[in-house]
Amino acid sequence: MTENNVLIRLSAAALAEKLAAGEVTSVEVTQAYLDRIAAVDGGPRGVHAFLHVNTEEALAVAAEVDAIRAAGGAAAEELHELAGVPIAVKDLIVTVGQPTTAGSKILEGWHSPYDATVVKRLRDAKMPILGKTNLDEFAMGSSTEHSAYGPTRNPWDLDRIPGGSGGGSAAAVAAFEAPLALGTDTGGSIRQPGAVTGTVGVKPTYGSVSRYGAIAMASSLDQIGPVSRTVLDSALLHQVIGGHDPHDSTSLPDPLEDLVAAARTGNVDGMKIGIIKELHGEGYQAGVENRFNESLELLKQAGAEIVEVSCPNFKYALGAYYLIMPSEASSNLAKFDGVRYGLRVLPKDAPLTIERVMGATRAAGFGDEVKRRIILGTYALSAGYYDAYYGSAQKVRTLIQRDFEAAFAQADVLISPTAPTTAFKLGEKLNDPLAMYLNDVATIPANMAGVPGLSLPGGLADEDGLPVGIQLLAPARQDARLYRVGAVLESLLEAQWGGPLLDRAPELAASIETQEAK
Amino acid sequence: MAAINRDDVAHLARLAHIEMSAEELDRMAGELAVIVDSVKSVSEAAGDDVPATSHPIPLTNVFREDVVGHTFTAEQSLSGAPDAYEGRFKVPAILDED
Repeated sequence: MTENNVLIRLSAAALAEKLAAGEVTSVEVTQAYLDRIAAVDGGPRGVHAFLHVNTEEALAVAAEVDAIRAAGGAAAEELHELAGVPIAVKDLIVTVGQPTTAGSKILEGWHSPYDATVVKRLRDAKMPILGKTNLDEFAMGSSTEHSAYGPTRNPWDLDRIPGGSGGGSAAAVAAFEAPLALGTDTGGSIRQPGAVTGTVGVKPTYGSVSRYGAIAMASSLDQIGPVSRTVLDSALLHQVIGGHDPHDSTSLPDPLEDLVAAARTGNVDGMKIGIIKELHGEGYQAGVENRFNESLELLKQAGAEIVEVSCPNFKYALGAYYLIMPSEASSNLAKFDGVRYGLRVLPKDAPLTIERVMGATRAAGFGDEVKRRIILGTYALSAGYYDAYYGSAQKVRTLIQRDFEAAFAQADVLISPTAPTTAFKLGEKLNDPLAMYLNDVATIPANMAGVPGLSLPGGLADEDGLPVGIQLLAPARQDARLYRVGAVLESLLEAQWGGPLLDRAPELAASIETQEAK
Repeated sequence: MAAINRDDVAHLARLAHIEMSAEELDRMAGELAVIVDSVKSVSEAAGDDVPATSHPIPLTNVFREDVVGHTFTAEQSLSGAPDAYEGRFKVPAILDED
């Protein structure tokens, strides 16, 4: 392994330590990642995690951090712990100086005049932004195949999906193209890609990380969160981006418990961990179920008490989600009208009215899945159907919250597989929207209730050798519990594997070459 | 609950300002019928006594001080506009000719 290959495989926490100790510079680290992106991301068989690479700005920020460190003194001491550690940002989050597309043709070439709050916090921490990552158009999908700019490939098997919608962020981290990334999670878009790429992803408590500057899909469900290779790294990033923001009226005013401390002092002794009866077993791949049971056994050995809880209303969660999410999306996406920003398409024939320009613009600018959801949402909100659809779905939301309350009365955290299957083949579910939606069956309840969830790698499925994700859920505002339990489970699993799961992923540069030669 | 048909989709597409070809309407009507059918059970899940939840963690009266905060310049606001004229968004005719 070359020196750079060693560098890009370090965790963000380890990189931060090396940077602080002066063993490596941020320019070296950032350049190593940019080189990796150049080596594995492009070409017909590349990972295609990135829609835009931010070379110049990333290196400038890295050089600035290095200069501050070299000069020493108060400025060097005030540097954030993660200063100089590079990061990738999902292209749903707006950034000054780089295009933001949301994976859609309707925003091709658009530049935001402002930074999202989370991006501002990355800049304040002086973390070089490597670029913007691929996603399903407007974050609508579970495979990244709905991106208008082509799919991202799973680094474990280039013919398979990296999950979605945040497949770009997860694949970038899994392929060692970035140590950290930002994602957004409306129904599982951080956790499910984490599961199928063998990485860690966290959906924080609703409102605990500002969404100002995240292009909204479903405002009562959307949440920005961290993507990383280790539980501690997610905690470090979560701490950077979290906290109150007056620009987001849903932002929680009170700070969360220290998440980094929770990850560093992980402990499950005496904890009650609840298996959700409805979120495993039938419909879950055998290899997923096996790895899940193995994790339960390890937690038991570490002193946790495993209890079974029942959430009977979770069976309605998927249906209710596919009413609430499209309803809110149809309203949020009304702003893409060819007037204030983005694409404008003129109809081929007269009359040239604004209505017809909107119709032609949205027809050309939106992909199939976005159109499907807008139509579905418009339907669910229309007169005569509102009560039966949107209204009923909101009642189901109450039932799901009650199920969680009852479950958390019996357990400190809940556990389930993150996704029912491992990564499927590109194209396999593209023409079957309903089959695609089922990937989110285990992740959606958390969004419906606003509770936090974390997915971490649980090993490889016996039948296909692909990563399996384990999901932890905690009560609202108790995100620290996820890190406390996640850190323990991660260390027990890694002890069993003899190192991180990603060490067992195929050597990417080689597999791209072999496949391209075919 | 009524099933969704091709005419419904055409009507909804007009409401949502998305032009659709005949082929697209046919395909979308078929796909949406399957999806709508699969979410039907939701309307039977909760009784009348269950209140609706619109936001998972409700906050009320979120106000800020009534002072001017950050504002965008006209130039910034128009920076992504497909067409602009003298500091304004320029749009095609709002009203039909007839």
